[in-house]
Amino acid sequence: MKPRNDDFNERRKHLKSMTDQELKVYFEQLTDQIIDPMLELAQDHTTPAIERSVLMRMGFSSLEAKTLTEKMMEHHLLAHGAGHVVFKYAKTYNIPIREAGMRLMDTSEIMKMVEVFK
Amino acid sequence: MTINEKLDIRAILNDLEHYRPKRRGWVWRNQKPMDLGAFHYVQASASLKNSIPLPSARHLGNIDPQPDATITTEIASGRFEDDIRRMRMAAWHGADHIMVIRTAGQSHMDGLLEGTPQGVGGVPITRKQVRAQRKALDLIEEEVGRPINYHSYVSGVAGPEIAVMFVEEGVNGAHQDPQYNVLYRNINMIRSFVDACESKKIMAFGGLAQIDGAHNANATARDAWKVMPELLVQHAINSRMSEKIGIRPDLICLSTVPPAAPPSPDLKLNLPYALALRELMSKYKMRAQMNTKYMDSSTREATVTHVLNLLISRLTSADIQSTITPDEGRNVPWHVYNIEALDTAKQAMMGMDDLMSMLEFKKDGYLVETKREIQERAILMMEEIIQLGGYFKAVEEGMFVDSGYYPERMGDGIVRKMDGGIGAHSILKRADDYLAPVPAHYGYNNITQYGLKKNQDPSILLGGSTFDHPEWIQYIDELDENDNVNIRLNDTETYRSTTKIKPEVQWLGDGVVTLDLFFPTDSDTAEAAALVVAKNMQLKQAEVIHKEMLHPAEGTRIQLKGVVSFDIDTKDLVLKEKEDLLSDDFIFEYVKNHPIKVIAGTGGSDEHSVGMREVLDIKHGGIEKYGIQYQYLGTSVPIEKFIDAAIETDADVIMISLIISHDDIHYKNMEKLHHYAIEKGVRHKLILLAGGTQVTPELARQYGMDQGFGRGTKGKHVASFIVKRHMAMYEN
Repeated sequence: MKPRNDDFNERRKHLKSMTDQELKVYFEQLTDQIIDPMLELAQDHTTPAIERSVLMRMGFSSLEAKTLTEKMMEHHLLAHGAGHVVFKYAKTYNIPIREAGMRLMDTSEIMKMVEVFK
Repeated sequence: MTINEKLDIRAILNDLEHYRPKRRGWVWRNQKPMDLGAFHYVQASASLKNSIPLPSARHLGNIDPQPDATITTEIASGRFEDDIRRMRMAAWHGADHIMVIRTAGQSHMDGLLEGTPQGVGGVPITRKQVRAQRKALDLIEEEVGRPINYHSYVSGVAGPEIAVMFVEEGVNGAHQDPQYNVLYRNINMIRSFVDACESKKIMAFGGLAQIDGAHNANATARDAWKVMPELLVQHAINSRMSEKIGIRPDLICLSTVPPAAPPSPDLKLNLPYALALRELMSKYKMRAQMNTKYMDSSTREATVTHVLNLLISRLTSADIQSTITPDEGRNVPWHVYNIEALDTAKQAMMGMDDLMSMLEFKKDGYLVETKREIQERAILMMEEIIQLGGYFKAVEEGMFVDSGYYPERMGDGIVRKMDGGIGAHSILKRADDYLAPVPAHYGYNNITQYGLKKNQDPSILLGGSTFDHPEWIQYIDELDENDNVNIRLNDTETYRSTTKIKPEVQWLGDGVVTLDLFFPTDSDTAEAAALVVAKNMQLKQAEVIHKEMLHPAEGTRIQLKGVVSFDIDTKDLVLKEKEDLLSDDFIFEYVKNHPIKVIAGTGGSDEHSVGMREVLDIKHGGIEKYGIQYQYLGTSVPIEKFIDAAIETDADVIMISLIISHDDIHYKNMEKLHHYAIEKGVRHKLILLAGGTQVTPELARQYGMDQGFGRGTKGKHVASFIVKRHMAMYEN
């Protein structure tokens, strides 16, 4: 920001007459105005770290989760959810989740899922 | 685990794969007013089953009052296995929140670390390390009888995975604040906030207490006290986000540091700020941290600053009182300084117990006006953030961590770009069919496509998750065969499984010692001279860690560390003998049936009387309390007079105090007393006791005494000895 002098007395004019309680309510309103757009952005976006954390909760190690996520990112599958891809594969082949994940380490199996999610 | 046995680190590491933590989530202290010894405490919590009281407690019945606030200590020497031992010592001194700092650079690791590599300035946080430390704390908390919260960091580019691992492993608290990533770690801001929502959701599920990162602004800003309005803004952003995502307000903790430190007028700057913060964020908890911004290498100066911080905590509030080790300005903290910091907090907080029942703040004038001004400045900053187009735009403009007192701007704030930083362009829009079949997931999740209702747990699709099926967790032991705990344990095995020991400051067998020196010179000369001392004492890796001028020409104090290269074999050591004490009841009963008379005084030309009075007087717990009668002859009593008085009054015991030790005069006087008793034919029926700060029992006996008593002697020691001796003389 450009340097500027302290113009507090000028800027605060509209706050001056507020009670402490009114000031607190206003502070909370401003807080919500700042954070709400960020909470909304996160609602419909994801990241490799989030997807790895999903795979971990499904029973994959950090290393397995990293490999799977990277492969799915590379083949544009991640937007469907890493856990989704594994889940769908397991359902398609009627195998346990961990086995599905292990098979998906193989790029050719990933390619099959690219077809499924087209 | 028993009190007198060391923690077996190898046993803790054994079968870790199958270890499950005892519980999940944060535990607050059991706060309640209580009576302890002669006193009533108000801001207190339940006493510990095992603890080490403050040193002066030995004059007050060894009471160990515990404050109401959870007390934090940060332990992360780089070797988690050595830190475990420190955690146990810390718990005995009152810590119930153990925080582990991460190794340098971990926040930039895109994924979890595994195994147990050695850290730099912290510990690599991995599943194995976390599980081992939680397992150890599960034992330690039973020993002290109070739950211990274990804590580390959910930040960096692997936040959500770390959060998952923490919930799985029973970690109880974590730092989580996306602003920290953005401002200080240059991690892409959109990535940081999107990840943070998931991390917070997971932490909410696990019941972890969250601590924010606002204290970093304080440590980074050029003039820390000018950043106060911004601190309010940073706290608000992270806390409100967390609350909206689902973390309970009583687990949202604001990391607040009094921004200023002496020689600035500490309270005048810090108190209005502390009030401003607590008033605006009254629904959240306060994690009061101590100031590090202006910390130098003087542990004394740091301690005083920290006590002033504790005063702020007592004048306002602290739900978690963090401690900073007073040596942090000169090295990664050593064992003893964690303990000093904990004792400082306990001592100051209980010393200021119930302070505000006696005081109130003035309702007008400087304090309330300044408090209000800080709040208004924070609000004006928020208005401008919104006006600029929101948080991300404001960061792009460099609004944060500017050294001006908002709205003043110096133009030196931290600038980050929305498409810059680590992890930029790694954010994806979720597809319409996006699915995450797991619990604690934030945001859009199309579970209805698989037949679930909107509010159902997505993990039903899989029959659960690692959160309710810990056996699904994939445990990785080690990845690096050259850098792991087994190698380190083998290197130091001598000090674990033989009788050899070495002095230590942080790691087993590190051999580090410190010297505290004064030289009658200027400081440059003193520093050079200190290194010569170290060399002649054969200390390796000598380094001056603190230098303090007493006068430009007259003198300098130097503190120096170095490493000794020898081992000490404990089996060759001669330990100071320890007297088995009789019980109070036994002594009372014996003296009742066998009246015992004592002649006491300070012998020779010696005017000291304090120590002797303490051993005699009932009010200091002296021998009088057991019914032993004494006649006090006063100070500078000629040696002969002791014997004459004993004969005259038919006394059984002579207690002579001999403080002056110049030219061994104290031992010469003992010998004189002994010989005079023989000369008078009464030695066989007298018990001769000598006491003084320079008296050692062995030498006293050599010079003819029945026993000698040195520094720290209490009435009970003397009474117990007299009764035993008396029994031996008359009952056989």
